[in-house]
Order: sequence, then structure tokens, then C-alpha cells
Amino acid sequence: MQRVAVLRFPGSNRDVDALTAAQRAGSDAYFVWHRDTDLGGADVVVLPGGFSYGDYLRSGAIARFSPVMQAVQRHAAEGGGVIGICNGFQILCEAGLLPGALVRNARLSFVAKPVDLVVTRTDTVFTCAFEPGDRVRVPVAHGDGRFVADPHTLDRLAGEDCIVVRYLPADDGIEPNPNGSERDIAGICNPAGTVVGLMPHPENAIDPLQGAVGGRGFFKSLAAWPALAGRR
Amino acid sequence: MTFRVHVRVVPRAGLLDPQGQAVEHALGALGFAGVRRVRVGRAIELDVAAASRDEAEAHARQMCDRLLANPVTEDYLVDVEED
Repeated sequence: MQRVAVLRFPGSNRDVDALTAAQRAGSDAYFVWHRDTDLGGADVVVLPGGFSYGDYLRSGAIARFSPVMQAVQRHAAEGGGVIGICNGFQILCEAGLLPGALVRNARLSFVAKPVDLVVTRTDTVFTCAFEPGDRVRVPVAHGDGRFVADPHTLDRLAGEDCIVVRYLPADDGIEPNPNGSERDIAGICNPAGTVVGLMPHPENAIDPLQGAVGGRGFFKSLAAWPALAGRR
Repeated sequence: MTFRVHVRVVPRAGLLDPQGQAVEHALGALGFAGVRRVRVGRAIELDVAAASRDEAEAHARQMCDRLLANPVTEDYLVDVEED
């Protein structure tokens, strides 16, 4: 069974949601405190959403220096799975595990609503249960979600197939790019697909009680990922 | 010696700065004509113990590169004064 470490920073607030979503999808998920330096034999590490360290200075800027992040860096370097959701994505960018940065939403307001995504890469730790082009509706909840990078980096992300999920352009009945992200990027990965970061919250769309179940495929992917042998 | 270090961090030129735009808009609405290129960043002040002004500035720049500024999206200016 997939061993999934869900990190908890001071200010994490989707940690229980991520743990629950991982467990319901069949993973053996457990919490790891940010001061710990041992990931407990994790196959995949999840950095959950929230406001680590109050988002002081910049979102994710201080969390990246937490003791546990050295273990995450080693885990990633060894080919282990790493997933950053929302604040976790911001931390992965600040830590240099993913390129670019997440800055203030283009229209300044905090956005909390469903968005429509298209899955564009399907061999990653968080999307391997999808088919290319699959569309899912999951919520976002962020103030600093606009993905930016220099043009060279954006071209490299596209050229190396490192864009994992995109927002959709505005159209009838579609909830489009909510934050002004460059090239409608909602989530990216490293070239190997072992480190994934995304702004939307699939863990908040896994049960009809939450109003949608579009997020289940992400956690199904997470649970199934080691089956893709030879990767690790 | 102790030096007072003033760090200014601003969004990189060319990067959309919606906060700067909002402030520019508000200034125009208040009747301040001819205001352009407003950028909103942050100011950080700190005391740094160092042997010389140059050393204090070098330390401050390392702090900016590692933590105080994001090299992807922000530029910074460092001013050092003797305390």
C-alpha cells in the first residue's frame, strides 16, 4: 500500500483534507510535523494547502527552510513522489523543486470557487489515472495563485511537457483561469513527473458532501503511482 | 560595528503588479495627475553587526538572495548606514 506522508506546517489547514482524500483512495497516509527530519518511509510526500507561517514575507518563503524540507529535497532527488497543493505548490517553487513563482492574483481578490481544469500530462505521480484531455472541476482558494516565470522557463515547461493541468479559457458554462496565471498554468511538474505542484484543491472535491467529486482522480493516481514500475 | 540596513524589495519591472496598478488608479481618482509606473513592494530594516560597511552590505545581499527577495519575481535595493 502506498505510504503517503502529509506534512504539517504551522498554518497548514488542508492537511486533514489531504490525509482523508489519500486514505479514501486506498493509501496508507499519515502526518509528519515540519520539525521532523524523517519521512517515515514515504513513497509520496504531500505538502498541503494553508498559510504556512502566516504567509509572512511571501507565501511559502519561510516554510521552505523547515527542517523537514531537507528530507523532502533528498526524497525528490532519489525519485520519490512529491506533491504540493496550493500553499504546498508555493513552497515547492520557493524551495527550487519546481521553477517559477506564485504571485498575487491579477485581480487582487482572494478567489474561492470551482474552476475547470484540463489534464495535459498523465504519467505523473498525481495524474496517472487520467486520460490526456480529461476535464475536471475542482475548487481553488487562494490569493497568491498567479503562476509566473520568465519566457524562457515557460517555453521549457511547455517543451518538456511539464504542464500538468491548465485552466480553461472562458466559454459558456466554463469556470476559467481565476488568477491570471501565465499560459493558463494551474499545475506543473519536473521533467520526470515525480514532483507535481498545483494551485487547485482536488482534496476538496472527493465526496458529494463537498459538492463535487472531480478531485478523486488525483488521489487515485497517487495511490496507483508506484505500480508504474521502473520509475523508482 | 553595527550598521542599519534598509532593504527595498519591488516587483521586477515588466511583471504585472496589480497592487501598483490599483494604487495608481486610486491616486488618479484623488486628482494626483501624472502619476505613472507605481510599484508596490516592501521595506525591511535590520541591524547588522559587521566589521565594515562593505561586509554589512554583502551580508544583506546574501540575505536578499536566500530569503528576503524572490529571484524569480523581485528586485531589491540595499542601503547601509552606520548606526
